[in-house]
Amino acid sequence: MPVEILMPALSPTMEEGNLAKWLKKEGDKVSAGDVIAEIETDKATMEVEAVDEGTLGKILVEAGAQGVKVNTPIAVLVQEGESLDTGKSRGSEGSGEPLPKSEAKLQESAAPIPLGEANPAKAAAVPAAPKAAAAADPDIPAGTEMVPTTVREALRDAMAEEMRRDADVFVMGEEVAEYQGAYKITQGLLQEFGPRRVVDTPITEHGFAGVGVGAAMSGLKPIVEFMTFNFAMQAIDQIVNSAAKTLYMSGGQMGAPIVFRGPNGAAARVAAQHSQCYAAWYGHIPGLKVVMPYSAADAKGLLKAAIRDPNPVIFLENEILYGQSFDVPKLDDFTLPIGKARIHKQGKDVTLVSFGIGMTYAVKAEAELAAMGIDAEIIDLRTIRPLDFDTIIASVKKTNRLVTIEEGFPQSSVGDHIASQVMQRAFDFLDAPVITIAGKDVPMPYAANLEKLALPNVAEVIEAVKAVTYR
Amino acid sequence: MAAAARKPVAAKTASRKPVPRKGEPRDKAAQSRTAPVLKAPAPADFGKKEELAAYRDMLLIRRFEEKAGQLYGMGFIGGFCHLYIGQEAVVTGLKMAIRDGDQMITAYRDHGHMLAMDMEPRGVMAELTGRRGGYSRGKGGSMHMFSKEKNFYGGHGIVGAQVSLGTGLAFANKYRDNGAVSLTFFGDGAANQGQVYESFNMASLWKLPVIYVIENNRYAMGTAVSRSSAETDFSHRGISFRIPGMQVDGMDVRAVKSAADQAVAWCREGNGPMILEMSTYRYRGHSMSDPAKYRSKDEVQKMRSEHDPIEQVRQRLIDRKWASDDELKAIDKDVRDVVADSAEFAQSDPEPDVSELWTDVYVES
Repeated sequence: MPVEILMPALSPTMEEGNLAKWLKKEGDKVSAGDVIAEIETDKATMEVEAVDEGTLGKILVEAGAQGVKVNTPIAVLVQEGESLDTGKSRGSEGSGEPLPKSEAKLQESAAPIPLGEANPAKAAAVPAAPKAAAAADPDIPAGTEMVPTTVREALRDAMAEEMRRDADVFVMGEEVAEYQGAYKITQGLLQEFGPRRVVDTPITEHGFAGVGVGAAMSGLKPIVEFMTFNFAMQAIDQIVNSAAKTLYMSGGQMGAPIVFRGPNGAAARVAAQHSQCYAAWYGHIPGLKVVMPYSAADAKGLLKAAIRDPNPVIFLENEILYGQSFDVPKLDDFTLPIGKARIHKQGKDVTLVSFGIGMTYAVKAEAELAAMGIDAEIIDLRTIRPLDFDTIIASVKKTNRLVTIEEGFPQSSVGDHIASQVMQRAFDFLDAPVITIAGKDVPMPYAANLEKLALPNVAEVIEAVKAVTYR
Repeated sequence: MAAAARKPVAAKTASRKPVPRKGEPRDKAAQSRTAPVLKAPAPADFGKKEELAAYRDMLLIRRFEEKAGQLYGMGFIGGFCHLYIGQEAVVTGLKMAIRDGDQMITAYRDHGHMLAMDMEPRGVMAELTGRRGGYSRGKGGSMHMFSKEKNFYGGHGIVGAQVSLGTGLAFANKYRDNGAVSLTFFGDGAANQGQVYESFNMASLWKLPVIYVIENNRYAMGTAVSRSSAETDFSHRGISFRIPGMQVDGMDVRAVKSAADQAVAWCREGNGPMILEMSTYRYRGHSMSDPAKYRSKDEVQKMRSEHDPIEQVRQRLIDRKWASDDELKAIDKDVRDVVADSAEFAQSDPEPDVSELWTDVYVES
């Protein structure tokens, strides 16, 4: 059966082109791969190759024709033992109907379904995003012993417990084994689990992040420690493009059950390149979960949950918090739900929302506010993504005032996102504009006095609360 | 002056005997310092069965890619589409050397690898057209396709990223001690990415079972190897990491097979990685919208007429009277039918249901 040669699309955006030149004339024999014509697109002059062999029976669009629409028949290829007449009649029958004609079979069986119209009736409507409700924290049985534990110990205990529980869990990173962790978070793990499961890597963040993701794609459950998340910028392509997106791009076949963890944000006097908060950065990415705990109990329960989670989890710690002690329940298997905020302190006059080290400002401010007669509610987000808006909105409906506190940069901050959502979901409940407190919009300075100014402080929180409560 | 002064120094360095490390016997140190550049073994001696299998497998890739190009021209395939035409012998020869459980991972010129790994042509083509029957249910497209079942780990759109990932697959193989080998493919362009060398270092340090297959098709998009690479012999790229490498005629499927056999054995014996530089050529542009003005028509035509991987096998089959012209035509027809069926499916299969917009972002735990 004669084959119509159609005006080809030669780039992702091409809709029409000019037929610059025919390199074969009617009656010429062509074989697959022969260049038969040249077409000008807006970007380049491209060659059109014959895909089938045969004789160029009829040229339908002359050289020099401008603005030829993609899929217009431009010539007819007659195959061995066929006559041009058939080609002509098919050509005229088919004109205006951009059916693929190069395979005879196609015309007789299922008609191609035009793009973008799989469900014509619903095509325009974007389906609503599914709403996943986060589980509540587990009940701590009455009488459970509470053990004062540093965040550092809590993180180590979480990893050790999960490594005992699941042989597929291993930890890799710089200085995690022999050195016992640059910040001593992996202390003792090498001794208990050996070098196969506690792997010292070279200083090669991009590479070992990719190695971790590859291992995770094949079903292992790596914990990748970054000495700091500042260094993970070298690896962010593997985190975002490989770890976060593969599940979606593979239609659910394979994802990356991996935890990236390490200290995040400013420590003390380490200046601009070592003092950045990545909560908002990673919080931006669908496919990632982002956890940023404040207390030791949350660090332990959430890290255990992160290791068990089948998705990539960014676990943002803070060097200054590592040495702080909090009560941790003594339980055999204490996990907490990712995606659930914790009401750190109930209150009725104003809602303070923070996370990670930001909580230290909220907690100190709350004590001073109480002395001033202002009863603040503190919400510790714990998870940045998925973000527990339900808990925030419920609180705002009670207090009608909201202040957010974080150390990261102000533009597109976590607080800004919360403010925007609260405005959309609880506008009528707000008695004052939301105030979002963040680090100053400058690279972190080194000088002690300037560094202090660049970070949020308790006085700023108190001022903001006074402003939203009109005191 | 400076150049003249440098010369004798270089000569001296080249002739200097390797210095044994402390506590190491002299001969062992010498051995470990030996430049690990290997001579490719002689092409495998294919019997009739292997020649016919290679012919059919390569032809399937060729015809599939021609059809993909055609469907792209008709607007059924969108975005970027990178064809493997000309390079068929590389993946086909490597596939002939591996066993069940071994993995493949590559970049975005990936259709040939998927077909070689026995993924269904219908599923691959339907992914190209963005339909629900595609391997990624229409959500990945040409550059992002996977099959856990067939041990194909993608299909990656970021140049070089698959090299670290493939090294991670090898890490998992070693962790599990399962004897499997990771075949990690990348091009001459990706060979200049930093993470490739980070991966080389870890793979050699930890003796990971990974074969780095560098498909040198001479052009990184439009930039010729000589314009992009200080060392154009890619089999040397592992020297600093003590990874042996060899240059292989990637247009001869038998040469690929014998080199692959050697590399697979090397990896399975626990010796760590090996680099196979496959000298190959892509006939088409980098992607569909590339007019390929950076090379001459004669160069392309010369490769096509003198080195075509499929024509080489066809000629041997005819010369040895292992197949008649008619028998080869029958294979061609059979392959065309498979491809036509995949194309038909890929055009008639519906687009994904709109609810798919929100699925597979997270695994529900």
